[in-house]
Amino acid sequence: MHRFAALFEALDTTTSTAAKVEAMSAYFARATPSDAAWATYILIGRRAKRSVGPALLRKWLLEESQLPAWLVEETYASVGDLAETIALLVAGDGSAGSDEADVSLSEWLTQRILPLTRESEGERRAKIVSWWHRLPYAQCFLVNKLLTGSLRVGVSRSLVTRALAASLDQPRAQIERALMGAWEPSAAAWESLRSPDTGLDSAQPYPFFLASPLDGSPEQLGDRGRWLAEWKWDGIRGQIVCRAGQAALWSRGEEIITERFPDIMASAAALPPGTVLDGEVVAGSAERVLPFAKLQQRIGRKKLTPVLLAAIPAGFIAYDLLEWEGDDWRSRPLRERRAQLERVVRHPGMPAIGISSALSEASWKDLGAARQQARARSVEGLMLKDWQSTYGTGRQRGAWWKWKIDPYVFDGVLLYAAPGHGRRSNLYTDYTFGVWLNDALVPVAKAYSGLTDEEIRRLDAWIRKNTKEKFGTVRSVEPVHVFELAYEGIAKSSRHKSGIALRFPRIARWRTDKPPAEADTLENLQRVLAVQDGG
Amino acid sequence: MSKSEPLVRVTERGLYCAAGDFYIDPWLPVDRAVITHAHGDHLRAGNASYYLASAGLRVARCRLPPEAPIIALPYGEPITLGNTQVSLHPAGHVLGSAQIRIAHADGVWVVSGDYKRDPDPTCEAFVPLPCDVFISEATFALPAYRWQDTQQTAREILAWWHSNRSQGLASVLFAYALGKAQRVLAELSRLTDDRVFVHGAVAGLVEAYRAEGIAMLPTLPATVAGAADYRGALVLAPPSAAGSPWMRRFGDHRTGFCSGWMRVRGDRRRRGYDRGFVLSDHADWPSLLRTFRETGAGRILLTHGHTDTMCRYLREQGVDAAALRTEYGGED
Repeated sequence: MHRFAALFEALDTTTSTAAKVEAMSAYFARATPSDAAWATYILIGRRAKRSVGPALLRKWLLEESQLPAWLVEETYASVGDLAETIALLVAGDGSAGSDEADVSLSEWLTQRILPLTRESEGERRAKIVSWWHRLPYAQCFLVNKLLTGSLRVGVSRSLVTRALAASLDQPRAQIERALMGAWEPSAAAWESLRSPDTGLDSAQPYPFFLASPLDGSPEQLGDRGRWLAEWKWDGIRGQIVCRAGQAALWSRGEEIITERFPDIMASAAALPPGTVLDGEVVAGSAERVLPFAKLQQRIGRKKLTPVLLAAIPAGFIAYDLLEWEGDDWRSRPLRERRAQLERVVRHPGMPAIGISSALSEASWKDLGAARQQARARSVEGLMLKDWQSTYGTGRQRGAWWKWKIDPYVFDGVLLYAAPGHGRRSNLYTDYTFGVWLNDALVPVAKAYSGLTDEEIRRLDAWIRKNTKEKFGTVRSVEPVHVFELAYEGIAKSSRHKSGIALRFPRIARWRTDKPPAEADTLENLQRVLAVQDGG
Repeated sequence: MSKSEPLVRVTERGLYCAAGDFYIDPWLPVDRAVITHAHGDHLRAGNASYYLASAGLRVARCRLPPEAPIIALPYGEPITLGNTQVSLHPAGHVLGSAQIRIAHADGVWVVSGDYKRDPDPTCEAFVPLPCDVFISEATFALPAYRWQDTQQTAREILAWWHSNRSQGLASVLFAYALGKAQRVLAELSRLTDDRVFVHGAVAGLVEAYRAEGIAMLPTLPATVAGAADYRGALVLAPPSAAGSPWMRRFGDHRTGFCSGWMRVRGDRRRRGYDRGFVLSDHADWPSLLRTFRETGAGRILLTHGHTDTMCRYLREQGVDAAALRTEYGGED
């Protein structure tokens, strides 16, 4: 564990990507196969099953810290991370932990942490609390993170694959592919990374190719004829993997979501084995897409009742063909993949699988006009894809662009602030904004992002000096600061006092020029909702 | 002095002692200012007279206009101001930092200024003074803040410097120009003899410390671009130099920051330095509580930092405590 702790510290204390890759390569070179497998699993952001919930950890922390509950809460709010708060408050000095340091990462996980799920609360408490007191700070922090399954390391997946490719002397694309899907950390899994063709699961998806945002006009892309234009569908990115008589639906988060979408899978059963489609899971169908909020309702339900399936049917809008007749088609040009995709999807007996139609507008200008209708169609804008391009890995600029519509905006007044998490801990960065309803301000949105570090510091200092009331860690402030907020859509909500819920609200800018009286009204937002739902 | 009139209270100009007719670390100009230490939020220009500890005279001179009238007092020697006896005592914060002890017929008050209890080779250690009312800072008054051994931090800094040096990189370490920078130089002098480059804002204060007999690593000014080879060097600079054009002269480098705030990972990551080193000139949570106990004060007043938190905690422990609204807290 001390080696992994050292790796974590090395990654956490540098912003240089070269140094990160080097630190990981050095770790992989010396680690046992099972440690290397677990480290990879953690580094690419996979979660081991959580063996204890945060509520219990907080309870035990309160008991062990011998501090009043409000003070533990306040410290937690200021630190912004439970695992770290525990380490800061109760970690020992590590003097008794030298033998603990020799327990390896994989032993910690397989012998100690994962078996906890089968133990009683009393047994779990006794073990965990003794770790807290015996482990030095850095290891105490990591063990807490592993317990809650929430360890995030500041490395991108592509950096991890770079380090793996270097350590294992394998092409990066090979590694990428082998890490997709249900990858179980074990010595055997590590060996399969070394010789990638042996260990591939038959339902393994391909790494997704991602688009880059297009800034400014598409004229810069040159001739319109070089580009396929499609709607940017507002759903969940997915891959239908059909091999050996079995079909699976994968999300971009690399989870199998097959069981959530029996309607789509009924159609997928008609695909021939050796077919992989890339596309979008939506509520509705390619002909009539429903707003994203509908899809969320469907995902949110635990039980898929016939009533729900009838009320909110799901569809798969295919836009790429990655595998056909068992062959990997990703290196063929889009034109060829697309032509074959049309032939595949045209096949009868697949009502829930449609195709993402190519837009026929012949000039960038006409296409720009079509983009203006995106909102009425419940799509997010346009996708522009180079007809000659191969299907890449991750976000490689140049071949795929997303040309999103401008967001909705409104002006809200800052009402409440709470301390942030992660790199914003210790600062008031979680804001609640309100709009006018008659003479009162009603909260309508929470936003965390959009301000510069300098603005955050200024606002934080102001909040501390202009607090009206404190409710636990939340502060109400004088309603004087106006912010322009951007958002993607509105849904009705019975859970919010305002009766509406905004999708993905974020701060567009600080309107220091506007007095609070000129902020928006709830009526304005309700009007947007009416237009959006009516259209 | 009636019961309703405290010996020291907050006015619009600063902490004021009416019985002695003087201010402590005022934020607006006054006739008589008694100064705890030379950081900018405590020592400001424009006062008609300054009373401060002799050990801090050179340092204060670096920060005040040449004509500023200063009365330097040795630690522990009382003078009479109005109806009070005032004496200065080591606070352990930076060179020449002082607690202000005010003795009056009604009782003894002590104003701590900023202080720490950890050992520091650059200044005299904090002395707990028995008193009735203790006016304290509360910069790091959260239980999350517990400092590690300073020498451990010094070893971490040295290891970071050497690791950068082995890659041909300069190590630019940000530390407050007054106090922290000299403390780092003094701590490192136990581990190495190598010279360290210093920013102009640090250089003058290093000289003031040397003139007071403080042993530190040899220093060189990090002056003209290209005049020196900074590969593998350690450079000390104030945090304000981060991201400025001044940094260009160092070529490939890594940055570090020395501060108590570096105890929390979110702070380390947010500030964007490559490394954060936990090193503070303020008292941590356990030291604050220990100090309150050692003074035996029946009443604790808190000037800046997490004042509300400490206040509530003390009250729940049965200690009479209150927060004062001051304008301190610009440093660290």
